[in-house]
Amino acid sequence: MKKIMLSLMASLMVSTSIASAAEVRVYNWSDYIDEDLIEKFEAETGDKLIYDVFDTNELLETKLLAGSSGYDVVVPSASFMERQIKIGVFQKLDYSQLPNGKNLWDLIKQRTAKYDPDNAYSINYMWGTTGIGVNIAKVKEVLGDDAPIDSLALIFDPKNMEKLSACGVHLLDAPGEMIPAALQYIGEFADSKDPEVIKKTEAVFEAIRPYVTKFHSSEYVNALANGDICVAFGYSGDILQARDRAAEADNGVEIAYNAAKEGAVMWFDQMAIPADAPNPEGAHKFLNFMMDANNMAAASNYVYYANGNLASQEFLEEDITGDTAIYPTPETLKNLFTTTAYGSKEQRTVTRLWTKIKSGT
Amino acid sequence: MNFRKYLLILIPYSWLLLLFLVPFIIVVKMSLSDTEMAIPPYYPYFTLSEGWQGIVNFFSELDFENYIFLAEDNLYWKAYLSSLKIALISTFFTLLIGYPIAYGMANAQPEWRPTLMMIIILPFWTSFLIRIYSWMGILSQEGFLNQFLLWIGIIDQPLTILNTNVAVYIGIVYTYLPFMILPIYASLEKLDISLLEAAIDLGCNRSQSFWLITMPLSKAGVIAGCFLVFIPVLGEFVIPDLLGGADTLMIGTILWQEFFANRDWPVASAVAVVLLLLLMIPIILFQRSEQKQREAEQ
Repeated sequence: MKKIMLSLMASLMVSTSIASAAEVRVYNWSDYIDEDLIEKFEAETGDKLIYDVFDTNELLETKLLAGSSGYDVVVPSASFMERQIKIGVFQKLDYSQLPNGKNLWDLIKQRTAKYDPDNAYSINYMWGTTGIGVNIAKVKEVLGDDAPIDSLALIFDPKNMEKLSACGVHLLDAPGEMIPAALQYIGEFADSKDPEVIKKTEAVFEAIRPYVTKFHSSEYVNALANGDICVAFGYSGDILQARDRAAEADNGVEIAYNAAKEGAVMWFDQMAIPADAPNPEGAHKFLNFMMDANNMAAASNYVYYANGNLASQEFLEEDITGDTAIYPTPETLKNLFTTTAYGSKEQRTVTRLWTKIKSGT
Repeated sequence: MNFRKYLLILIPYSWLLLLFLVPFIIVVKMSLSDTEMAIPPYYPYFTLSEGWQGIVNFFSELDFENYIFLAEDNLYWKAYLSSLKIALISTFFTLLIGYPIAYGMANAQPEWRPTLMMIIILPFWTSFLIRIYSWMGILSQEGFLNQFLLWIGIIDQPLTILNTNVAVYIGIVYTYLPFMILPIYASLEKLDISLLEAAIDLGCNRSQSFWLITMPLSKAGVIAGCFLVFIPVLGEFVIPDLLGGADTLMIGTILWQEFFANRDWPVASAVAVVLLLLLMIPIILFQRSEQKQREAEQ
């Protein structure tokens, strides 16, 4: 009994001593950092970094709205962050603690200012597009050599989808990404918030739903890389990661990514500090660490996303800066559009429509 | 003496009060409020600082709007029914598979029983999520099952199992099987063998003695097992999310959507309250009939 008490006390003492060392808690998207950077941060600052991941904006938002999430740095997409800023979820950044802020890329700062005026609350981590990933060989096998792999018609034309269903198609389980794409396909304003316009997408999805293997926001990375599916509509970096994993595994799967030629959503993931962050000082340290040109380059080299850090570009691998799927050409950039957040009522219409689309009820 | 008796009752009751009733009241309260983009995302919330007037205001803001909303949209009824169907079918299959396993265990040599018990419990030592993920590996298009079936030549095209309701049933039956086996095994193990011997002496064959003696005496275990499986499956979220496809509609998934995608905590709470009520009604009815039966027997 005495022994047990002793060991209990010892473990209590250990846990209190850990708690007294500075902790920085970061909540980021899954598969979204070079994990060596976590160790590097700990070595440089002596702070302990606790790194958790999520895979949908909704999950993050719920934690933030519940209050006292316990995180010091979170990474919402800009469209979600816009409304979160308005209700006071985040604290203003103290740029005096962020000397590496000079490395940021003005071009991206201008675009994110649409969501976060003056970039007062957030810095850009990564940005990218939402588009189409294909297993080239399998798609050509079912659709022939002239398969429209860079067009929304690939996933929205039932004739194509019927054939593709044999090898598997994943679509994002994110109405905020899928509905603008469908609107773009039928020639409506992609960022429309008008319920009547949004409802027009129902018919588009209804026609292809029987051929969709799954609506999911992260499984397609593995499924595409393993050859379980042949088409995924998803985030650029995820699909490029799948491409990379397949190449590493040398399993004969060759994957290509294209932002749709009809136009594609451009999105931004922003690092921000919750208003009730337990360790805002540590949070600033982490942001400053991530804005270091070398560190940011390491992250991009690992996850295959473009970042908002101009100074990091000279340290990027050539197959990243040279890949137009990651750093698009000026012409493609013109074709990219941004979307804004839905209001509460519209959100309900959209989610209800999405449930109907997914489940048929 | 009386005091000690109350103390004894107090412990389980305070457990119920703290861990069931209090959270339930919070959920009911939330289900009567309105959604709002704020922290927390609903209104009104309860503040004592405004005194009596604050409490009056708080109650006057509550209404049943969310329940009316649930009743008007057929999505929720369909989801409840579909969950009910999935829960019933998977309980049936767990029973079908679990009963013979429990029967076999109870009839095994006594020295073997601890080992068999161990085999049933062993999977619990691995995380539930990892076990479900490995099912994804088994059932996928390029997974072990398809490769095996292709290799032995039963099929020439891979079967689509993952992301269908079939995969959900497989996942549920696999996960909940021990919850069915253990109570049935417990009731079968206690079975007095001399009853079976008597039945055979009196001219019953083996199957007759099974249906006349073993089955009725293990009824309590079967019922306990069925409830242990049925109730959690009804609200299951993880298995349909990971193994199910686009058309797998379950109330757990709807709850998730209301809570996360719509940020509508009040409607999510209303869905949860209705789910609880729907679960309680059959359980109460069942207990009533049990009690009546017991009274009739006496």
